[in-house]
Amino acid sequence: MSLRQLIQTTILAGLIALPFTVQAGDAPTPEIPKAKEKATEEYGCVAPTDYMRKNHMDELMHKRDKTLRKGIRTRKFSLAECINCHVTPDEDGQFASFGEDEHFCSSCHNYASVSVDCFSCHRDTPEQTDYQHTFNTGDNPHHGKIALEGNKLSVETLQVLTEGDQQ
Amino acid sequence: MTNKTYNADLSRRHFFSKAAAAAGMAVAPGVFLRQVHARPAEQAATSEQRWGILIDTNKCAKGCDSCVTACMDENGWGRADASEDKSGPHQKAQWIRKVTIKDKQTGHVQSLPLMCQHCENPPCVDVCPTGASMKRADGIVLVDKHICIGCRYCMMACPYKARSFVHEDLEDQKVVAPRGKGTVESCTMCVHRVDKDGTPACVEACNADNHNAMYFGDLKDPNSEISRQLKDYGGEQLRADLGLNTGVRYQGL
Repeated sequence: MSLRQLIQTTILAGLIALPFTVQAGDAPTPEIPKAKEKATEEYGCVAPTDYMRKNHMDELMHKRDKTLRKGIRTRKFSLAECINCHVTPDEDGQFASFGEDEHFCSSCHNYASVSVDCFSCHRDTPEQTDYQHTFNTGDNPHHGKIALEGNKLSVETLQVLTEGDQQ
Repeated sequence: MTNKTYNADLSRRHFFSKAAAAAGMAVAPGVFLRQVHARPAEQAATSEQRWGILIDTNKCAKGCDSCVTACMDENGWGRADASEDKSGPHQKAQWIRKVTIKDKQTGHVQSLPLMCQHCENPPCVDVCPTGASMKRADGIVLVDKHICIGCRYCMMACPYKARSFVHEDLEDQKVVAPRGKGTVESCTMCVHRVDKDGTPACVEACNADNHNAMYFGDLKDPNSEISRQLKDYGGEQLRADLGLNTGVRYQGL
């Protein structure tokens, strides 16, 4: 068998075997812990779930450089805020640490076998166990920002305030 | 746009204008008790400020370590970090330490806190091969641990021995001060507090103990307490001969 034939056969064998190997490695879908009550259905996350699933790492990467190098300490996409909402205590009030499947980040990352460096330096659990966001204020990472983007009135709100009586 | 929305906004606007008028009237028209300079969270730090600390060594009490313990508690190193247990005392983190100096001729003994001097021309930034060692626009010198490779070149370059290296895996770090194995760290001038218009933990602790040996403020604002103190009484740099223009100054050396 020439080298070329050998390669062809190997590739062919690999392609035939592919569906079987995928099936063999079929792990149970991870149970992703629910975020704290106030950040779920009624209020939503800082961005839609689909977006966060795909882009959370990029947002965190943007945020880390802005925070450390420029001192921009907004709460949206801040890792500490992610942890505060998403890492929830069990029945005994204990928090799972990163690496355990019960930890919000680990639940998916262990499943997908994607390693994370964040928690070799960053705290993996909320510091204040009774933490809850305050809602409907300008400082709020979620919905207060709709009207008060960056503590400034948004263009739409300004229009309402300034041109409202002309309509 | 519905009339309803408009009315709601109008009444809110009226409310705010009345509230503002009432606040202004409280002292005198156009005179407010204290001007607030807080930088909005989404605005980057600028070079309009340069943060500094002035330490009056005559007021710094011998044997007092309030500033050191306050820093430990705030940033989670030293006694506040139980996980760094395999490292020897010379290996453990030291963001700030108390140093005693003695004039051999006169026998005069002085005590002073020593930490990152937040140089204008920091040697640690010069030597860093990755750009992790950096100076913020407002003069605070930091380590970007995201890109620090732990080579410790900056530790060798620093004339004040202000930087430490973390040798062990850590747990339960403070939210405000991420720190981890394989990276270099040092005093951050409590940058997380400064960004929220606060004062570094060491300065706060010193004032709380009524020693009042430390002043924190903006070196570029001629009206700040630190600038007035420096103007009236001066302040020395440690190793001024190196021309680093430190952000931490000392009186009474």
